[in-house]
Amino acid sequence: MAFGTHPPRSLPARGASPGFRFTLYAFLSVALMFLDQRSGWLERARYILQGAAYPIQLAVNSPSAAWHWLQDSFETREQLRAENQRLRTRTRVVDLRLLQFEALTRENAQLRGLAAALPPVAQRWLPAEIVNVELNSLRQRVLVNRGSSNGVFRAQAVMDDRGLLGQTTHVGPWSTEVILITDPEHAVPVQIERTGLRTIAVGAGTSGSLALPYLPGNADIRRGDLLITSGLGGVFPAGYPVARVAEVHRDAVQPLAQVRATPLGQIDSDREVMLIWFGEDKTAQMQPQKAKPR
Amino acid sequence: MSARMSEPWGRAILSSIVALIFTALPLPPPYDSFRPQLLVLVVFYWSIATPRAGGLTLGFAAGLALDIFQGPVIGQHALAMSLITYIAVREHQKIRSKPYFQQSLIALVILFLYEFVVFSIDGWSGHPITSPERWLHIATGAVIWPPLAALLGHTHNRR
Repeated sequence: MAFGTHPPRSLPARGASPGFRFTLYAFLSVALMFLDQRSGWLERARYILQGAAYPIQLAVNSPSAAWHWLQDSFETREQLRAENQRLRTRTRVVDLRLLQFEALTRENAQLRGLAAALPPVAQRWLPAEIVNVELNSLRQRVLVNRGSSNGVFRAQAVMDDRGLLGQTTHVGPWSTEVILITDPEHAVPVQIERTGLRTIAVGAGTSGSLALPYLPGNADIRRGDLLITSGLGGVFPAGYPVARVAEVHRDAVQPLAQVRATPLGQIDSDREVMLIWFGEDKTAQMQPQKAKPR
Repeated sequence: MSARMSEPWGRAILSSIVALIFTALPLPPPYDSFRPQLLVLVVFYWSIATPRAGGLTLGFAAGLALDIFQGPVIGQHALAMSLITYIAVREHQKIRSKPYFQQSLIALVILFLYEFVVFSIDGWSGHPITSPERWLHIATGAVIWPPLAALLGHTHNRR
């Protein structure tokens, strides 16, 4: 009655046998992985697929977006007034500091006398909102709601008003994946502000922690030192705050010091981040919403 | 009646999309690492329940979707999903006839296999994550298998 390996009740899968199909799909997956890793062939496909995934991600984001919208629209007059007052005070402080900063920049340029040797300064920025979507719980990545249609490019610096957050990795048409400086795969060239010592800060894999694994045991670094971007590598503009040293552990046996730092950018509480363009020796300006011809 | 005999394509695809949305739903950090890989379980369910509606094509497509959402390498989850759906389609009659408790244990093994493939490819492609947290979802996945299978079986047999 039973014939061979297939019992009669079994419905054979449509078309080819599962074994054949598995082989086919396995080869296809391996080919995709190879192409994705070794060549840029899949960049275009990734771009399109990221665009296709964006509506689903927006749908996932919509409850929290609706909640924020509700919160915003039911804020009382007093709250708004208080906030307005606070912001106005802050603007005044920032304006004053900016005046000083511009004077310093000019003076600095004169002192150096070499315009070409000046470190690049953030030139314009674009605010972007974080889409509240879990990309991968094991990696420190976020999705923001700006893409190549807004002029975002790969390996662009991302900051908030307190410090560096990360850089863009996969750019889609309307959304961009940002790899945070705390991701274990991310490294940012930094400088200790107090001493000028340059090193590399590597993500520790948990939010709120960076490691500085390449400092010798006798390096001049203390708890509370500010780390700023060194501008080496060209991805990040120089001189922007990154993190503050939280813990320095020196072991006589180990040749290297174990240093941990806490990033200044508050990714956990941010809803808005800034994408930075830099290159020329100009102070930052708000980017107009419509790209103006340059 | 041909409508009764038709395969539940719609429900398989719909539940997979719901599961995909669940994987992208933001959860606060402590619960985050316990989040089960619902999409893998749903695809596995359809592959053993109706190997025609589920099966390798659904598995491959779901894997690609996961790759877009979370993978550093395209094709990584697709390969893992093809492998587990292949096993499911091959052995679907044996697995289907088991009680829920034993199916849970099978789900445990399947999820482990899936995570192992993803983990290996992470390593080979140079994006290694060795934290033990990544294996946690296997246990929660096995725990939610009985209610999940009951729920999907309910929607699927009700007609």
